[in-house]
Amino acid sequence: MSNRSKVLYIVLLLGALAAPFIGYPIFLMKVLCFALFACAFNLLIGFTGLLSFGHAMFFGGAAYLCAYAAKTWGFTPELAVLFGTVGAAILGYFVGWLAVRRQGIYFAMVSLALSQMIYFICVQAPFTGAEDGLQNVPRGKLFGLFSLADDTTMYYFVLAVFIFGFWLIYRTIHSPFGQVLKSIRENEPRALSLGYDVDKYKLVAFVISAGLAGMAGALKSLSLGLATLTDVSWQMSGEVVLMTLLGGMGTILGPVLGATSIIAMQNYLSSFGSWVTIIMGATFVVCVLAFRRGIVGEIAHRLKK
Amino acid sequence: MTEIFGVPTQALMGQLMIGLVNGSFYAMLSLGLAVIFGMLNVVNFAHGAFYMMGAFFSWMLLNYFGVNYWWSLLLAPVGVALVGIVIEKTMLRWLYQLDHLYGLLLTFGIALIIEGIFRDQYGVSGQPYDLPEIFKGAFDLGFMMLPKYRAWVVVACLSVCLATWFVIERTRLGSYLRAGTENPKLAQAFGINVPLMVTLTYAFGVGLAGLAGVLAAPVYQVSPLMGSNIIIVVFAVVVIGGMGSILGAILTGLALGLIEGLTKVFYPEASATVVFVIMAIVLLIRPAGLFGREK
Repeated sequence: MSNRSKVLYIVLLLGALAAPFIGYPIFLMKVLCFALFACAFNLLIGFTGLLSFGHAMFFGGAAYLCAYAAKTWGFTPELAVLFGTVGAAILGYFVGWLAVRRQGIYFAMVSLALSQMIYFICVQAPFTGAEDGLQNVPRGKLFGLFSLADDTTMYYFVLAVFIFGFWLIYRTIHSPFGQVLKSIRENEPRALSLGYDVDKYKLVAFVISAGLAGMAGALKSLSLGLATLTDVSWQMSGEVVLMTLLGGMGTILGPVLGATSIIAMQNYLSSFGSWVTIIMGATFVVCVLAFRRGIVGEIAHRLKK
Repeated sequence: MTEIFGVPTQALMGQLMIGLVNGSFYAMLSLGLAVIFGMLNVVNFAHGAFYMMGAFFSWMLLNYFGVNYWWSLLLAPVGVALVGIVIEKTMLRWLYQLDHLYGLLLTFGIALIIEGIFRDQYGVSGQPYDLPEIFKGAFDLGFMMLPKYRAWVVVACLSVCLATWFVIERTRLGSYLRAGTENPKLAQAFGINVPLMVTLTYAFGVGLAGLAGVLAAPVYQVSPLMGSNIIIVVFAVVVIGGMGSILGAILTGLALGLIEGLTKVFYPEASATVVFVIMAIVLLIRPAGLFGREK
């Protein structure tokens, strides 16, 4: 890591630690959860070149699992989040196992279709509470000791998990394994001919991404206290794509920035109803046509020149 | 009353008929997707939105201008095709040199915009579209009642699909189109106006979706959400059939509609997921799809 980026990360960390004294903890927690979700998604699209259009199934699936475990079985928060994460990773294994059989555009359609299947299962399953979802999920006591009922305390728990997830993604990208993923993104036939079992690498990346997306969903259901059908819907899958695209695909901090912008926009425009959808659609169009590097990608590009 | 596997024949036939109607829509939509993908290399996520737009245009023509169903069948798809031309000319054409993913993302954004606009205007509840007088009632076939309109939808969809197949596979225009798909540069060198062909292909593909919407308007409620509900199923249909073959797309669409109908009779809980389950099985056995070729 260069000195400049070290300074940047330290400044960001200090900012994140000070944030709940300036902004609303609930809003900040939501931002962190979606930032982790987008970072996990970016591991696939930005560093492996796989567009999963169904990541909501991991996010929402884990949100349900975590909420159910915390509410019905009285799991402590760390165990509930772990339960959701592991559940999402297992689901990710099966989905990835099916989806890596097809490439490019078909991969996107397969993941979208499988995610819709999970959506319908969630609509019908007895433990998801159908239209109402699971509400009033208790935050519980961390390790059975510290109560997380206070928003600021909860925020620091979310921040700690976020940093862990972010670090894991950072390590993955900068490991030899991550280099192979990048080579698959750049030129899959070549990676194959060099003797790498491309499908296996893709599958591992998919499972990591699914697990971390699940971790984000589980955190979200604890901090906001609810898990609903919105979390597993295709719109959610689209949102995470937009966050990553807007922030910058294949950049490390881009998804964080993208998630922050989109969540802030939804927050401020929530009274405009359908216009949120229209603006999100328009953002997609503008990003794809004129702004494919995303915010962070564009800044990095300018700095290089 | 006669029964098959413990299910009254009437109910079974009724569900099969509904399945066939759904299957006709799947066939028409996946056909349009396949034609567009062949020529533009774009998976048109907005296809469902154009289907919804067709239904709404026909509803608006009837309720605001008093234009009857038959004129709607012509005017609404043309209107949708015109919107398609504008989108192709102003946006899609900049993406042909890029990764396919960008086309999918752009059309996803367009789908959100179209859906958002109609939702802003009409809310999420459906608007009923009155059946034209001639289609009210049903034929009595002895073993079942066949609602006239459903029979018409199936006949109309299949005729359009077969006509499309004929034009693409058997006429000069179709041969230009296939040449443009196969090798655009060479086709251009032989004097075929490829960019024009591309625009017309997109217009035709989304026009088909619009026509499906007009046909669907009296069967379902005309609702802004009808497009996104169907497009994901159609994607699964396309994965199952593979986008390489036109007849393949038509057959897969019809077959899956029928299977969905059957599932509604024998195991209703699975009727929403059965298409996706079949997709998973096909991916295990024939990853390239039933009619697809592995690239």
